[in-house]
Amino acid sequence: MNEIIEFFTQNKDMIFIVVLMVFVGVEVIGKVPAVLHTPLMSGANAIHGVVVVGAIIVMLNSEPTNYVAMILGFIAVFLGTLNVVGGFVVTDRMLEMFKKKK
Amino acid sequence: MSLNIIHIIYLFASVTFILGLKMLSNPKTARNGNILAAVGMVAAILATIFLHEGEVNTIIYGLIFGAIALGTIVGWLTAKRVQMTKMPELVSLFNGMGGACAALIGLVEFHHNLDNSTNIAIILAGMIIGSVSFSGSIIAWAKLNGTLRNAIRLPKYNILNTIILIGLVVYSVFIVWSGTHSEAHLYGLFTAAIIYGILFVIPIGGADMPVVISLLNSFTGLAAAFGGFLYGNQVMLTGGILVGSAGTLLTLVMCEAMNRPLFNVIFGAFGDGDTAQSVGGASQGTVKEVGPSDLAVQMNYSNKILIVPGYGLAVAQAQHVIKELEQLLEERGVEVAYAIHPVAGRMPGHMNVLLAESNVDYDKLKEMEDVNPEFSQTDLVLVVGANDVVNPAAKTDPTSPIYGMPILEVENAKHVVVNKRSMNAGYAGIQNELFFRDKTNMLFGDAKKVLTELVNELKALD
Repeated sequence: MNEIIEFFTQNKDMIFIVVLMVFVGVEVIGKVPAVLHTPLMSGANAIHGVVVVGAIIVMLNSEPTNYVAMILGFIAVFLGTLNVVGGFVVTDRMLEMFKKKK
Repeated sequence: MSLNIIHIIYLFASVTFILGLKMLSNPKTARNGNILAAVGMVAAILATIFLHEGEVNTIIYGLIFGAIALGTIVGWLTAKRVQMTKMPELVSLFNGMGGACAALIGLVEFHHNLDNSTNIAIILAGMIIGSVSFSGSIIAWAKLNGTLRNAIRLPKYNILNTIILIGLVVYSVFIVWSGTHSEAHLYGLFTAAIIYGILFVIPIGGADMPVVISLLNSFTGLAAAFGGFLYGNQVMLTGGILVGSAGTLLTLVMCEAMNRPLFNVIFGAFGDGDTAQSVGGASQGTVKEVGPSDLAVQMNYSNKILIVPGYGLAVAQAQHVIKELEQLLEERGVEVAYAIHPVAGRMPGHMNVLLAESNVDYDKLKEMEDVNPEFSQTDLVLVVGANDVVNPAAKTDPTSPIYGMPILEVENAKHVVVNKRSMNAGYAGIQNELFFRDKTNMLFGDAKKVLTELVNELKALD
């Protein structure tokens, strides 16, 4: 029990962020028309590409001689970027179509 | 000093994510919302690279920029070149890449945190979820593009999957508890998570893939959030949790649109063709065919026509021809609109995107609730490549696998014309009694070819 309280105390800022963001996520999506489900899913898909930030930190913190970290990190940054760029571009293409209406 | 700025930029990025997602839920602001979130993302990435504290070898900077450049080029070109019909599987593929990224972070960070069991637990959780999301998304991608056409079920797959899931948790607890530094255990767990992702998605039928992709989407968000927790990185945390929570809600909303509880999607049988034999025999009869020339005349003298587009229209790339048909009919004083089922196509909203691509007016796309009362005042309904979403069995036959799914009530119209390539069952693998009704005429053939003939016949009427 003490360990749980200790964990909470040490990480309280982050735990607050987590809990509050859960509610923000639910609120933000509320009452979205079915028309926008696909673009919305695709947009959210691009946003979780923020994981690439973690991959960059991995590489920044590693020694260049640590080949395993370099190779895996390189692939991770590549895949993360793919997620971000591909995600935003494909979402934009979907939404571009809606724009054409007069 | 630089540390202070990075947190301000991270806060800015988090706000753009929230606002971007909010704007994405309204057709008017959606595009700007997407761009806003992208701007925040670029800011967060640049801040992470340039405001990093401590000495970093230039080789590493070179590698990071190399990877980003490569990812940008490949991602950009793929996203720009993909056909709009192939879009759902691409979203799944990109989602898998994000999951793989999270998994790789875990594989590397494991060695940097050997003495901190809390961090190890966080790393393993992120790695497992990322791996499941990766392999699951790849399977979903293969299913949507037709590489894996059928649901594959191992005997007792539900029990098997549950055992593997419990095994994953127990294995992780063991690794954290024992404080082992063993790479074999780490890669063993990684492999097990990959296998679980495959087994998790593979029994689920193709018709449910949008829900699965949405679910895996929120998984990847969660994996990103674990990374954020590990580094104390707020932007990863906010972005990840935001997608995790919004994605979960979106998944439930989609399930609701199909009237299928999430539990049934994951554990139930649907959309796999298994039921075709058992239900197929129930409503045999004769179907009436109609040719393009007769149909052109009939349409010409109608007052109101509703078009129900389905995936068959998308596959045949017939969205431009149907727009031409709509214009021709309107010139002749026929009122034309489109009735869009929430899950028409392969993803909710997919059909709207396809029709918007061929310049169909946004106001002409009517959602199911709005359009259902209109069918009784409609002279003719043209169903193009849709099947399950107009199957009356969903309302009348409690034994049907799609019973309870809301449908477009096309049977209330005066005449129904269904364009299909053949009498094969739809995606859910069940026969449709609508095709055998008196007021229904079948227009067999590839949607694009048949509709082009129809357009030519209409032009010839002048």
